[in-house]
Amino acid sequence: MTDVVMPQMGESIVEGTLTKWLKKPGDHVDRDEPLFEISTDKVDTEIPSPTAGVLKEVLVEEGKTVAISTVVGRIEEGAGNGASAPAPAAAKAAAAASPAQPAPKPAAAAPAAAKAPAPTPEPLPEPVAHSAGPYPIPVEEPAPAIEAESPAGPLSPLVRKMAREYGIDLRQVKGTGGGGRITKQDLEAYMSAQGARTMAQASAPSPTAVATTAPSTPTVYTPSAPTAQSPAIMPRAEAPRARVEPMSVMRQRIAEHMVMSKRISAHVTTVHKTDMTKIAKMRERNKAEFQARYGYSLTFLPFVAKAAAEAIRHYPIVNASIEGSNIIYHNEINLGIAVALENGLIVPVIRSADEKNVVGLQRSIVDLSTRARSRQLKPDEVQGGTFSITNFGSFGSVFATPVINQPQVAILGVGAVEKTPVVVDDAIAIRSVAYLALTFDHRLIDGALADQFTGKVKSILENWSEEVL
Amino acid sequence: MLEIRNLGRMPYGDALAIQKDLVEQRKQGCIPDQLLFVEHPHVITQGRNGRAENLLAGEAALRSAGIDYHATDRGGDITYHGPGQIVGYPILDLREWKRDVGAYVRAIEQVIIDALAQFEIIAGRVPGCTGVWVDGKKVASIGIHISRWVTSHGFALNHTTDLRYFQYIVPCGLTKPVTSMQELGSGASRAQVLAALSTSFARQFDRQASRDREGAGLSYTETYS
Repeated sequence: MTDVVMPQMGESIVEGTLTKWLKKPGDHVDRDEPLFEISTDKVDTEIPSPTAGVLKEVLVEEGKTVAISTVVGRIEEGAGNGASAPAPAAAKAAAAASPAQPAPKPAAAAPAAAKAPAPTPEPLPEPVAHSAGPYPIPVEEPAPAIEAESPAGPLSPLVRKMAREYGIDLRQVKGTGGGGRITKQDLEAYMSAQGARTMAQASAPSPTAVATTAPSTPTVYTPSAPTAQSPAIMPRAEAPRARVEPMSVMRQRIAEHMVMSKRISAHVTTVHKTDMTKIAKMRERNKAEFQARYGYSLTFLPFVAKAAAEAIRHYPIVNASIEGSNIIYHNEINLGIAVALENGLIVPVIRSADEKNVVGLQRSIVDLSTRARSRQLKPDEVQGGTFSITNFGSFGSVFATPVINQPQVAILGVGAVEKTPVVVDDAIAIRSVAYLALTFDHRLIDGALADQFTGKVKSILENWSEEVL
Repeated sequence: MLEIRNLGRMPYGDALAIQKDLVEQRKQGCIPDQLLFVEHPHVITQGRNGRAENLLAGEAALRSAGIDYHATDRGGDITYHGPGQIVGYPILDLREWKRDVGAYVRAIEQVIIDALAQFEIIAGRVPGCTGVWVDGKKVASIGIHISRWVTSHGFALNHTTDLRYFQYIVPCGLTKPVTSMQELGSGASRAQVLAALSTSFARQFDRQASRDREGAGLSYTETYS
């Protein structure tokens, strides 16, 4: 067996990312034939095989970054002699490899949709502007813990998989590979030893023994039986506690932008409870006709957008940005609408939103969010926003504290519209209520003005009078 | 010895084929080190580390905007090439220089930094961000492929590039800004910049350079150092 190592690509280079295996385990490879590709600092390099033979094991998966001299795979020579890579170096490098791994992802917020609110909500707005602008979007996985490496160096995916499948505590296994590494043979030896012991202990022959060396035996080692009998000998399997995955560039940029925004602006959020009953009724009346006429459904969002654009005309500072020590008042009201993508978010912009009616706004929202998801947006459609709206209510959130989309100074978050008992003229009534959350930059906007603005949005929505859409 | 060739305006795919051919010849030692200059029509290329989701517009949308799209084997992420940009593809056997990928990237940066200095543009590096930068804006990007120590792909310097095209690969406008020599106030002609890059390159890699005269095909070469 010849170890294949992450090569030294230059004096200052201490690690490399294995970007692609050009051969699969089991493939034959000639000496000097390209075997895998690595990436270091904007340079992709093809690495030739150090020897001719069959690629037996792949120890480092694609996408992983490891220190130089780390063993990334093993080749079994056809008429084998001569190991080219020194084993001690490999073990040393393996120890250095773990810190090179990217930090674990931040803890996840489970998708709000999963825990839909108990009170019957009004039919939720759209599949349209699915969430939540600069409002952090859910990460799929629950969180972290660095992948545990065996003290005797990294484990091959095969060994890890076997250990998981057969429920083996690797700390109990003695490694005989390079640097005390645990090999497949070690696991097999361990399992037959354990199997023999279990058989001896069990009064009746049971199907628990395993013989992986004889592939014809379909028996699968079930950890439960022996665990009951001899928990000390057969502890529970430890599933890998984390998976390491590099962030996409989009994810990195979103991350940068969020932290940058939090650093730049003095975020304050104010929440106004808003009675949406009039809008809800009007929407109910027009729903069917609207769907038939325009081909998409009428949601709450265009009403909020219209009200926000109208309120901005009264309080233009909400539509401003800061440049140095100047305040830039934007004459156009360009509304950014946050759209959740599969692995990120984007905020396309409705230009001159104040000049559009509810139908026009709904059409723009449907159009922009559809094209955002199919990545058909043009560059100027995601630029030049002067104020943003994020509709986390569509995921069931009642209210949230969105992050400002720089260089803007405010963002309006729309919570779910829910039927709620409220006191009207000292009587209890059922009304459709939503919380409007405005996050504003306190450097420029004071609380009083922020509340006047949000109050204006609320008042427009509560007193919606236009019978025309 | 270094041969410098100006391929003029040439589609990305054609230039890639020429590179591949020259890389093979260089590996076999049939030709000396090469430096190719080329100007591509609008094209977005994606390196091995790039992901399709960093592309803002779909391929169809790009095509309708007259932008080509290529996935490539160079290092680095997605980038844009187009008219007004000076693209340089050095095909060097690093065994004859230094077997050091990091030093090679730093040397390419230095070539561009030195060349820009001739036009009174003070450029530099940003730690951790390969490329050449002026006041926090990127003026040249780098993406390299190496096979048996022979280099291909290289650098792209924004000379008079229409920077708006970079927006096709910018999600949410969150990327670091780009700039061009023109935006930085330089009125240098393409020929002047090519000459400066050639001189700077030859000096950096300590090579005697010969180059074909601009626009005169590949046969005629003149030697200078």
